[in-house]
Amino acid sequence: MDSIHDMGGMHGFGKVEPEPNEPVFHSGWEGRVLALNRAMAYTGATNIDQSRAAIEALPPDVYLTSSYYKKWALGLEARVVKYGLAGANEIKAGHASQPGKAVARKLSVADVPNSLTRGSFARPAPAPARFQPGDRVRTKNIHPATHTRLPRYARDKVGVVEALRGCHVFPDAVVLGKGEDPQWLYTVLFEGRELWGDDAEPSLKVSIEAFEPYLEPA
Amino acid sequence: MAQNHDHPHDHDDDHDAHGSELSEMQLRVRALETVLAEKGYIDPAAIDKLIEAYETKVGPHIGARVVAKAWSDPAFKRALIEDASKAVLPLGLLNRIGDHLIAVENTPELHNMIVCTLCSCYPWEVLGLPPVWYKSAPYRSRAVNDPRGVLADFGVTLPTGTAIRVWDSTAETRFIVLPMRPQGTAGWSEDKLAALVTRDSMIGTGLPKQPGEAA
Repeated sequence: MDSIHDMGGMHGFGKVEPEPNEPVFHSGWEGRVLALNRAMAYTGATNIDQSRAAIEALPPDVYLTSSYYKKWALGLEARVVKYGLAGANEIKAGHASQPGKAVARKLSVADVPNSLTRGSFARPAPAPARFQPGDRVRTKNIHPATHTRLPRYARDKVGVVEALRGCHVFPDAVVLGKGEDPQWLYTVLFEGRELWGDDAEPSLKVSIEAFEPYLEPA
Repeated sequence: MAQNHDHPHDHDDDHDAHGSELSEMQLRVRALETVLAEKGYIDPAAIDKLIEAYETKVGPHIGARVVAKAWSDPAFKRALIEDASKAVLPLGLLNRIGDHLIAVENTPELHNMIVCTLCSCYPWEVLGLPPVWYKSAPYRSRAVNDPRGVLADFGVTLPTGTAIRVWDSTAETRFIVLPMRPQGTAGWSEDKLAALVTRDSMIGTGLPKQPGEAA
């Protein structure tokens, strides 16, 4: 969706301000939110694409004024309700009034060391790759109102396929409930000038990781 | 604010809660966790264990080991550039490494920088959790069209002849920058080299420390 999360190339946000000796978490609840997200993903009842979609769907003013882990908390609350895992009234009350839904598995203390790695999103290819390194491609001019991983600044732009990255779960399909719908993934490289016009720094090159449905031959 | 006796990791909230978002968030997250636990979806003890792991086990020290080895061992460096997930696995730094890690090499002609303009994608396994600035609007908006300006915010100036390549992490592939080995480190051990490798040098917003700067 074309909302505020899609920030690449926007102006007006000011300087980057690194924090010296930054702690991993700035408050205890931040760690709990992160771990709750991981533990809920482990159950199989929600996934990373739904997580990103829920955060993107926050109203733009809420998105911009909430800290990072607050967005995670709001996104998790929204997902838990959307996918019927708990009622909004239960979350408000802070207690469950109905039994939970059956989930595939539950993260135990013993499982934690093996759960620190992200899952694999590679899948067997349903068809040969349409593009090869060196091919010129144009990204599509799409504006879905739902989750996509093609940023606005890189739509309807001509680039070159630099590498194939295998066949992966397609986020745009997952959030629509269409299953994993695996698609080839490519690194597509753009000249700065193609993205930003004649004022771009001459040496700049920017790449995105583009799923095959985002691309057409150029 | 009530002390939370169930959650030992909440103790550090008390000194920085001002009755505003922090305490509100602490209560809100506690309510959510309670419901999820009562529903049988999560075990609070596993939540504690996860937090401990992210605070103590994963972090940029892992990536620094990888970079130091690449600086020391040409065969490892080739393997890392070829397939970073596969190359890093035998180092035994973690139980497992995700299968989409990509290492990109800086040279005198080319400087790489990693960003996620859409959210916060970051190579957790080798760098730990991302810093706040990496997830912030200023970095996400400007990295793709003004990387030299972003570098200036970090106090870094590259030679004008060095081109910049920005990698926007828009899918499940994850990137780590292999910075250039500092001059004056010939014969250094991997341990000593690893101390020069900063987190930001592996994101591309910084450079490794110089030999004189090593702690």
